[in-house]
Amino acid sequence: MELRAELKYSKSHEWVKEEGDIVVIGLTDYAQSELGDLVFVNLPEEGDEVNVGDSFADVESVKAVSDVYAPVSGVICEVNEELLDAPEKMNEAPYDAWLVKVKDITEKEELLTAEEYQAFVESEQD
Amino acid sequence: MLIFEKSRPGRGCSTLPACDVEVVRPKERDKRELKLHMPELSEVELSRHYTELAKKSHGVNDGFYPLGSCTMKYNPRINEEIAALPGFKEIHPLQPEHTVQGCLEVLKRSEEALCEITGMDAMTLQPAAGAHGEFTGLLLMKAYHHSRGDQKRTKIIVPDSAHGTNPASAAMAGYSVVSIPSGPDGCVDLKKLREAVGDDIAGLMLTNPNTVGLFDKNILEITDIVHECGGLCYYDGANLNAVMGTVRPGDMGFDVIHLNLHKTFSTPHGGGGPGSGPVGCKACLAEFLPSVRVDGEEVLRLTKAEHGIGEVKSFYGNFLVVVRALTYIMTLGREGITEASQNAVLNANYMMHKLKEQYQMAYDEVCMHEFVMSLSDLKKSTGVSAMDIAKGLLDHEIHPPTMYFPLIVEEALMVEPTETESKETIDEAVGVFRELYELAVKDAERLHNAPVSTPVGRLDEVKAARHPVLRYSFDV
Repeated sequence: MELRAELKYSKSHEWVKEEGDIVVIGLTDYAQSELGDLVFVNLPEEGDEVNVGDSFADVESVKAVSDVYAPVSGVICEVNEELLDAPEKMNEAPYDAWLVKVKDITEKEELLTAEEYQAFVESEQD
Repeated sequence: MLIFEKSRPGRGCSTLPACDVEVVRPKERDKRELKLHMPELSEVELSRHYTELAKKSHGVNDGFYPLGSCTMKYNPRINEEIAALPGFKEIHPLQPEHTVQGCLEVLKRSEEALCEITGMDAMTLQPAAGAHGEFTGLLLMKAYHHSRGDQKRTKIIVPDSAHGTNPASAAMAGYSVVSIPSGPDGCVDLKKLREAVGDDIAGLMLTNPNTVGLFDKNILEITDIVHECGGLCYYDGANLNAVMGTVRPGDMGFDVIHLNLHKTFSTPHGGGGPGSGPVGCKACLAEFLPSVRVDGEEVLRLTKAEHGIGEVKSFYGNFLVVVRALTYIMTLGREGITEASQNAVLNANYMMHKLKEQYQMAYDEVCMHEFVMSLSDLKKSTGVSAMDIAKGLLDHEIHPPTMYFPLIVEEALMVEPTETESKETIDEAVGVFRELYELAVKDAERLHNAPVSTPVGRLDEVKAARHPVLRYSFDV
């Protein structure tokens, strides 16, 4: 499982990167490996409001469709449309294949560091 | 080779009789702009084409087909014989009622029998399949709430173990879905249900026995909780084959139900069926039923419900499928219907009991008509997944169980042997399952490469999902 020290992680397996006032969200390496080959992604639209804990996107693998949950509250300001045609990028390079960027952040859930997330995943596997 | 590739211009298999009326050519403006692209083949070529396809497929007539949740029981030939009677087959949906009294009687008797089996008061036979029935049933629920001036109910509760069609149908019907987690026993978590109910809940969708093959013992409490908040209870009839003649959804507290005649009542299934998904309801919802139903005693006639939701399909649904289902019901009778379900449950428990010596059961207790195994331990220790075992079964001419469903069980294989399989068939299948388990431990690689004896090997499902080729491109 690949982790990046500079990122924060949610318990629902999203990674979060803060770029100034903007928050970038993607799926963790662990999430993509558990989901298997992703074949479809459903993304929100620019301007959509998201709230902590709400599902803002869903990803579909050969096995199942899974919701992606927002670790922050705010307004979607950019959507990675490249993934619509190439969902495999989430498998190949999960930390480059960001899903959305969020601005006007009003709330953040308590996020984990790489180390804490690793411990969390290990505890979930037991 | 596709039928279009076999096509040669000018070939055909029908000779039209001489024209005995004046020839009228369509107007220029009515002519097609694009070629019709109908395949042109001789009768023998056509016949060979479909025989070849049939040889490449696997049906209940070829072998064991324990596809969980799909109830792939054998469809008795007598169903076909009755459905082929000219009085049923050679009719037109617009024929005057007095000329099709027998057909109307089929519709009426089917409704009565299915209502009796399910504990419902009225039923429409129009919907064409299960999910279509779900959609129809949800529209009934919506019409009911709206007729009472209750517009605030915008949500449907669906457990996380539900068939995927449940939340999809709810969304299609304009509802938002509240997913509630199952308890550790795979059943509805009453606490979570209590937290979810309120005056914005239109109803609950549930199947019982549930998707892990267990009968939810709290069912009366569950339907009470939903009724108390003013919601209605919808029964997904996919698993009715477990309980016919023993317990009725209507008595469990359900208000609306769909049936899958192509599962429970032995009509053709898969490959387009066509299916049939009648929707039954309690009396309080009958006024909203779609289309027509049959009324009358001596002389039968078609009547429309007062506040019906309209048509959900053309005419009377898949009428000949209903004929087959009624044939099945009348052949089995009161005792036979009950016995069918009892044997379905017995077969599933027998098979589960035999398999659990090696395979890990998701819920190790007496099951209903199907059971779910979890291959997650096997995968961890050998690398052999549920998918690999499923593919290995193909080499033994057994159709795999349902895979990776329900979603609450990791590496799931969901097995439903049905009542129509003999002890010998099940023993043989158990033998194959055991052999595959041993192979997984000894030579995992061979299972990763299975199947090797089928017309095509392992398909690239990922590529098929990412880059589906759904259309044949003609060289115009």
